[in-house]
Amino acid sequence: MPGILVIAETSEGNVAPISYELLAAARQLAGQGAGAVTALFAGSEAQAKDLIAHGADAAVAATSASLTGGTAENYLPVVEAALAASGADIVLLGQTSLGRDLGPALAFRLKTAVAMDCVELKIAGGRLRVTRNAYGGNARAEHTWKAPLQVATVKAKQFDPLAPDSGRTGSVTVVDTAGDSRVKVLGTSKAVATGIRLEDAQIVVSGGRGLGDPSAFRMLEELSSLLKGATGASRAACDLGWYPPAQQVGLTGKTVSPNLYIAVAISGASQHMAGMAGSKNIVAINKDGDANMVKVSKFAVIDDYKKVIPALIEEVKKLA
Amino acid sequence: MCTPIGLRQQPIHRRRRRNRVNIIVCVKQIPDPETPASSFKVDEAARKVIPAQGIAPVVNPFDPQATEAALRLKDATGEGKVTVISLGPDSARDAIKHALAMGADEGVLLNDPGFEGIDNFQTAVALSKAIQKLGGADLVLMGRQAADWDMGVVPAGVGQILGMPVVTVAKAIESTPAGLRVERVLDDGFQTVEVGLPAIVSVSNEFGGPRYPQLRQIMLAARKTVQVWSAADIGLGSDETGAANRWLPLEALYVPKVESNVEIIEGDSPEEKARNLAQKLRAAKLI
Ligand SMILES: Cc1cc2nc3c(=O)[nH]c(=O)nc-3n(C[C@H](O)[C@H](O)[C@H](O)COP(=O)(O)OP(=O)(O)OC[C@H]3O[C@@H](n4cnc5c(N)ncnc54)[C@H](O)[C@@H]3O)c2cc1C
Ligand SMILES: Nc1ncnc2c1ncn2[C@@H]1O[C@H](COP(=O)(O)O)[C@@H](O)[C@H]1O
Repeated sequence: MPGILVIAETSEGNVAPISYELLAAARQLAGQGAGAVTALFAGSEAQAKDLIAHGADAAVAATSASLTGGTAENYLPVVEAALAASGADIVLLGQTSLGRDLGPALAFRLKTAVAMDCVELKIAGGRLRVTRNAYGGNARAEHTWKAPLQVATVKAKQFDPLAPDSGRTGSVTVVDTAGDSRVKVLGTSKAVATGIRLEDAQIVVSGGRGLGDPSAFRMLEELSSLLKGATGASRAACDLGWYPPAQQVGLTGKTVSPNLYIAVAISGASQHMAGMAGSKNIVAINKDGDANMVKVSKFAVIDDYKKVIPALIEEVKKLA
Repeated sequence: MCTPIGLRQQPIHRRRRRNRVNIIVCVKQIPDPETPASSFKVDEAARKVIPAQGIAPVVNPFDPQATEAALRLKDATGEGKVTVISLGPDSARDAIKHALAMGADEGVLLNDPGFEGIDNFQTAVALSKAIQKLGGADLVLMGRQAADWDMGVVPAGVGQILGMPVVTVAKAIESTPAGLRVERVLDDGFQTVEVGLPAIVSVSNEFGGPRYPQLRQIMLAARKTVQVWSAADIGLGSDETGAANRWLPLEALYVPKVESNVEIIEGDSPEEKARNLAQKLRAAKLI
């Protein structure tokens, strides 16, 4: 009996949004004949109901303390156990810090491949077929697997979570196995995020290298807070130390899909686009009319941001 | 299993002076990831990228950072050796030469017609065999991902194959009596971990810029040895190489279509354009 094992993640006691997205993807595959959906998560049984309401047929709670703040090595034995128990031939993980580590480790351990950062998944001829970005987003690649077990990580914001259905029922089992890890966690520091989380914001104002000056981010923050949004940055800006890496948008940063994305002095390299191309409406503010960001925008202002942003802030204040 | 050499066998009080740290760095040559979308072309039938005219291939940008990490650790521990491995076509020799010019000691090019079209998984197997043939290492450094396929799986792969612990997405690496202390970049912050040697560490852009090779070093690098090993030299069978034996078959490769429907906001001054933009956004109920 095949099936899908979803590696769900929790953060601060809640199921992380990516996990709901994975369940939505898994239900879609189940609808195409991929079998039952089992959600494995490290946490208490209380969260199991939530996972089932969002699409899981069964939940496996991994309760070992070593999983909290652990590394991929801690997780491998429990995932292998859940895989054996569920008989799943598909494993889905989020393209998160955990998924980036655990997905490849699990795949190699079980002598199969993992497709990273998938944007589309479907069942064709009884097997998983995925689409992912390659070459920074300049190309799309479609893959299948040679070995029976198919492991994939899924990019954030590609699937809308299902509306929770509290009428759904499913079995909940507990496993307390966990492995030792040769990688010891000494400490974790959370980025201090003020205001709305980047991934949750309906409006994002991002700045790039073209700002030329880290203090310009204060201006962008003023605009985003007036709009009740969040502030992001390109990697070039983060690499210069102008903004924290946790606020980086793109292939190796966050994936956002707000209603409005305002890109200020960002050229629109494919790797940046990979993190925000799903935005419903894009506005480019760039002095170069040929910039790639301008091409993908709904509206573009071709001018110096130093003059445009203060005037935009004034006008937004008036409209408020 | 890898044979640990150096570090761990040294009595602790002698470590500073008598250490010989043996580091392997894996570097990949790729099409320039900053190639503008307009110059990026794919041969859909062959499922291959067509090299862009006039844009030379480059070293995967994270890999010189891995090389930099290796050189700094070698400097910090005193004696040691940094060996660079690249699997790729003849031109991948340039990626090795770049690392040698930065200060690495020796190079190995894995080059074989059977490597054409292989995937990251077959690459991990080949690199593991090459590392074994070199006698293992205290530390294997790689980039967090190669900016062609953007997978980020080879470090974990070599770790699983050789039984070495893996630490990914490193921002800072420091040698400690227990092995290494590594600061990692997480989705929402940073994590500090400790790992014993031998180990694999993959390096991210947050590590900081690599050194630029000086002219003198470029000339010295020309004299450093680069061995060339075929698939057979590292004990790979014909059932392990070639695109036909990919673990993750490539069924299609194409350039996604992007349509442009941009409205350029008019105005006589930047201020007027800003006002017009605000009005448009309000009319569209976006703000
Ligand atoms: C594997 C890999 C992963 C990557 N991951 C990411 C990622 O996650 N996120 C990311 O962002 N990048 C990523 N990159 C980097 C990416 O390729 C680009 O280098 C980067 O996005 C460029 O940032 P930028 O647009 O801020 O800078 P630039 O490309 O330098 O663009 C600056 C822009 O500012 C404009 N400008 C300058 N002055 C003004 C002014 N006064 N007023 C208005 N406009 C002005 C310019 O016209 C230009 O368009 C990655 C690269 C690789 C290889
Ligand atoms: N062909 C190759 N030759 C040498 N090193 C490689 C090769 N492919 C991948 N690597 C190493 O593995 C890292 C991650 O690559 P990948 O898993 O392919 O994204 C790269 O940054 C390199 O350090």
